[in-house]
This record gives sequence, C-alpha cells and structure tokens, in this order.
Amino acid sequence: MAGQSGTGTSATRRLGILVILMLAALALCGLWFSAEDVVQGSTVRIMYIHVPSIWTAYIAFGLTGLCSAVYLSGKNRSLAWDRVAGASGEIGVLFVAVSLVTGSMWGRLTWGTYWVWDARLTSTAFLFITYVGYLAVRQLGGTHRQRARRSSVLALLAILEIPLVHFSVTLWRSLHQEASVANPNAKVELDGLMLFSLFLGLIAFTLLFVWLVLHRQRSMMLEDAFSDRGLDLAITARRNEAGA
Amino acid sequence: MKHASFIFGSWGITAVSVTVYAVWVLRRGRELAKHATREEMPWT
Repeated sequence: MAGQSGTGTSATRRLGILVILMLAALALCGLWFSAEDVVQGSTVRIMYIHVPSIWTAYIAFGLTGLCSAVYLSGKNRSLAWDRVAGASGEIGVLFVAVSLVTGSMWGRLTWGTYWVWDARLTSTAFLFITYVGYLAVRQLGGTHRQRARRSSVLALLAILEIPLVHFSVTLWRSLHQEASVANPNAKVELDGLMLFSLFLGLIAFTLLFVWLVLHRQRSMMLEDAFSDRGLDLAITARRNEAGA
Repeated sequence: MKHASFIFGSWGITAVSVTVYAVWVLRRGRELAKHATREEMPWT
C-alpha cells in the first residue's frame, strides 16, 4: 500500500498556495480597496465573486463536454477522460449553485427581490438542475464504461444550454444586466481597480477550479480502482465456490 | 459599508461552500490513498 500522500503532489501544493494568496488579494481588493459603483454603490462588491463563479461553472461544464466528446470519439476510450468530465461537472454544479445564491442576494439589493422568473435566472436554474441530473446519471449502476458512455452523451446535450444561458439577456427581455466588460460594443464600463479585481477573481477562481479538478479526478481514479478490485475479489470468490 | 450583511454574507457563503468542498475532496483522497497501491496512484 502506498498510503500517505493522498491526491496531492508538489505541483498541486504550490498551486494551492498560489490560489489561497490570490483569493486573499481578491478579498482585499474586492471588499476594501476598490471603489463603489456610481449606480449600484457598495453592492457591486458582490460582482467580484458572482461573475467568477458563473465563469468557473461555464469552464467546468465546457471541460465536461470536451472530455465527453473526446471519450466518445477516441479509439481507446480511456476512462481518464470520463473521470475528468465527472470531476469537472461536480465542481461546475458547486459554482453554479454559488452563482445562483450570490446573484439572488445581489438581486435583493438591486431589484428588491431574491428571485424573479427572468430569462437569465430561469435558464441558470435549469442549467443547475441539468448538471445535478448529470451527476445522478453517473451514480447509476453498471460498469465504468457504461457510466462513461451514458454520461458523455448527456454531457454533450447539456453543453448546449450554456450559450442559451449566456445570451439569454440579449435574446429575451431580461431584468439581469448585460455584460459590463465583454459586451458587444466592446465598451469597458469599469474603472481600473474594479476591472483589476474582477480579472483577479476570474484568474483565481479558474486556478482554484484546476486545483479541485486535479484532486477530484485522482480520487475518482482510486474509487474506480477499488470498485474493480472489489469486483475481482467477488469473481475470485465465486470461482472458488464453484471449484469447491 | 452599506448593505454589509448582504455583501459579507455572499462572500461568506462562497468561501464556506468552496472550503467545505475542497476539504471533503482532500480528505476523500487521503482516505482512499491509505488503501491504494503505488500502481493505483500514478501521480506519486
């Protein structure tokens, strides 16, 4: 038994330290140093976690879709792709949930209500439910390959929701504001430190996502190995019984 | 700061959620690794 080091390596430990430092800097910039917005006042400080959260969820679900496509199209169909897809989907669900909660708190301050059945909010909630379903499908019985095949197909269907969520504010009349930075007119509406804090949040959350995926897919690899080992033991025991 | 409870509340919920998940992932990996062989852990 190898035993001691868990799912970490020196690289993931260094990455983890970098992420903690960046998140600390984000908290200082976002909650303290950056200016208040001329329209929204101090409530803009929620943006520095709300936007990176949904960004991370988009990246996570995008990676889930990409790995699923590679798995289905590959010749050897390595289960490693499926495990990265699963780990990424799980982390995406976490971040889209965070995005829904922080967005709802921001909405209470700016719109006067926690929730409205608006195009952006409703489509985001639907995205969340879809990927909870994806995680549930991964838990269904069968072999690892059966799990990989059915969850990959579902991931390729679910990924189609992301453009719908992102462009819902322009496709339909929405209470939710349009993009402040990546808007179609390419007109940046944030001042220097606000913009810096937002990008710091995007980079910090992206690196946090990478760190989480590395650890989670390794623990999934061990879960699969143990499951195989259990199956091997059961088959050996059954053969021994039959031979006795 | 105006609306401090909502602002710190949203940051707090984010920090707690991510930390709880990260700790769970690390502990799960550590627990599984105790029973794994070197061959099952190619990153070591």
